[in-house]
Amino acid sequence: MSIFLSEKSRVIVQGMTGSEGSKHTQRMITAGTSIVGGVTPGKGGQQVDFAGATVPVFSSVAEAVAETGADVSVVFVPPRFAKAAVAEAVDAQVPLVVVITEGIPVHDTASFFAYAQQAGTTRIIGPNCPGLISPGKSNAGIIPADITKPGRIGLVSKSGTLTYQMMYELRDIGFSTCVGIGGDPVVGTTHIDCLQAFSDDPDTDAIVMIGEIGGDAEERAAEYISAHVSKPVVGYVAGFTAPEGKTMGHAGAIISGSAGTAQAKKEALESVGVQVGKTPSETAQLMRQVMAGG
Amino acid sequence: MEYQAKQLFTAHGVPGLPGETADDPEHARAIAERIGTTVVVKAQVKTGGRGKAGGVKLADTPEEAAAKAQAILGLDIKGHVVHRVLVTEATDIAAEYYVSFLLDRANRTYLAIASAEGGMEIEQLAVERPEALAKVPVDPLAGVDEAKAREIVDAARFPAHAPPAVVDAIVDVLVKLWAVFVEEDATLVEVNPLVRTPDDRVLAIDGKVSLDDNAAFRHPSHEAFVDKSADDPLERAAKEKDLNYVKLDGEVGIIGNGAGLVMSTLDVVAYAGEEFGGVRPANFLDIGGGASAQVMANGLEIILSDPSVRSVFVNVFGGITACDAVANGIIAAVEMLKARGEHIDKPLVVRLDGNNAREGRRILDETEHDVVELVDTMDDAARRVAELAAQGA
Repeated sequence: MSIFLSEKSRVIVQGMTGSEGSKHTQRMITAGTSIVGGVTPGKGGQQVDFAGATVPVFSSVAEAVAETGADVSVVFVPPRFAKAAVAEAVDAQVPLVVVITEGIPVHDTASFFAYAQQAGTTRIIGPNCPGLISPGKSNAGIIPADITKPGRIGLVSKSGTLTYQMMYELRDIGFSTCVGIGGDPVVGTTHIDCLQAFSDDPDTDAIVMIGEIGGDAEERAAEYISAHVSKPVVGYVAGFTAPEGKTMGHAGAIISGSAGTAQAKKEALESVGVQVGKTPSETAQLMRQVMAGG
Repeated sequence: MEYQAKQLFTAHGVPGLPGETADDPEHARAIAERIGTTVVVKAQVKTGGRGKAGGVKLADTPEEAAAKAQAILGLDIKGHVVHRVLVTEATDIAAEYYVSFLLDRANRTYLAIASAEGGMEIEQLAVERPEALAKVPVDPLAGVDEAKAREIVDAARFPAHAPPAVVDAIVDVLVKLWAVFVEEDATLVEVNPLVRTPDDRVLAIDGKVSLDDNAAFRHPSHEAFVDKSADDPLERAAKEKDLNYVKLDGEVGIIGNGAGLVMSTLDVVAYAGEEFGGVRPANFLDIGGGASAQVMANGLEIILSDPSVRSVFVNVFGGITACDAVANGIIAAVEMLKARGEHIDKPLVVRLDGNNAREGRRILDETEHDVVELVDTMDDAARRVAELAAQGA
């Protein structure tokens, strides 16, 4: 099938009536996503016309879920309201909440992540992420849908534009699902969560994992791959030329001392048999060989 | 810096010693006079190891405080020049402890770290005597109340090292320090050392606070802590224009969209540069998702004004951003800079892919310009820009 998101997914958009929310809702609809509602407090009862669909607006997530049976929420609300918005989706027991919003205070993220863990009924992807796409089936977030096609590669990445680059490089082979997990210090879904899901997905044959400097998520992913993943994994790590102690764009992308370097991550992945490309194109080439059975 | 951490500690009632900052020896003398006891004069720089570098000195009299300030101001400590000193009351020390709260990225929660054996670099202690360091996870939803603080001090075995009154005082410090951590939106609050005086007072002598930039909207007062200074003039200019720019030491200027792609671009250029005499990226610059002509112009201006740049690589994958808008941005930026009388003699290598890439390439192809060169793939573009940089040497 795909992971986390399929053609059966019924998607609502929190913050759909805002400028970013409405622009991307249109794109998601165009990509074939089943958008069943929008949520904007105080605007319940309105309808929004998009090319290809008219979407009802609800005042709360609970109401939207009750009326539409939604099982995915994509969150575009501004940083200062994001914590409450995610908590509302958790309370409504939405199984998958995709938080696109950039610039959420990390205390808020830690708090809504803990809240979702406690509830035990919601997976969060993001924040500060491009979302996820199961090409040809559904698109939840801001990933451009027309740069690739359906296929049998799974992709997980911290970076949005590198996700797009890789989807485009391998557009002739295609993807089951591509997940942008986000570059913040705390994210709801990790590389490991995605590796596990791809590993269990009968329609994914191989996995591309894109990492970057900072933290130790790639090192932990390597340990996980070694113990639990039998499908081929190809890796790429960005940030070999990053100097120590400087944040490179993403809040989480910083090397402290010898921890978090691209070299250390590459070595950790290679030590468990993951081939790591030097450039995105070389990584795509490695995946081509894997998919060709070599 | 220390004095800023001290301000935040004081605001939340964490006990410390009275003190003020001075930017010149005369002011240091005045502060020492007001305090009226032996004082410590401490360099205020964003780095550790100040003591060893001669940046922390005791002074018995106001005159001595002025002399010590004179000696410390202007010192270079690990590349940081001292422009300010903190003058505080000196105290006798019976014992030194360590306490901190921080974000635990791996476990996506918070961590309290405490040790009854302070007075050394905590990283060193973590390596040499990890058993002396208690690490206690803190649930973001529950926080740190008195009971949790007791759990932390017990885990660090403070009761085995100090009398009950001192342990109670440490518990109190932890609860207040937690308030600093959550109420100020910090990602790290650290007291090192936390000191027990001979008369059993517990005082935060030195500390560090890292604040979350994303939370700035909740804390207008944090604006005062924002470090607008940058040692590099190009980084300073970029900061003034809100550009996400980091100066590096190579010859190839880099502009791209998305942090991951730009990091990757630096690597690909450095890799391609190996073939061309080892040319390397001159900077990191992420112009983000919705790159307007103005942002592109600001970025190009910074990069072209870097004397070490010999060629420029504009690497854009149009996801949200449409490539035709980027192409128009590049042309408008070049025109804007030319109109200002700037002579653009450094070649720009441009790679556009993704959303509306064909239209973007067409716009660049059809516009009269002598500096822009389109290359189809990221790897080829990196090779070309490295070659141009090598030729420009």
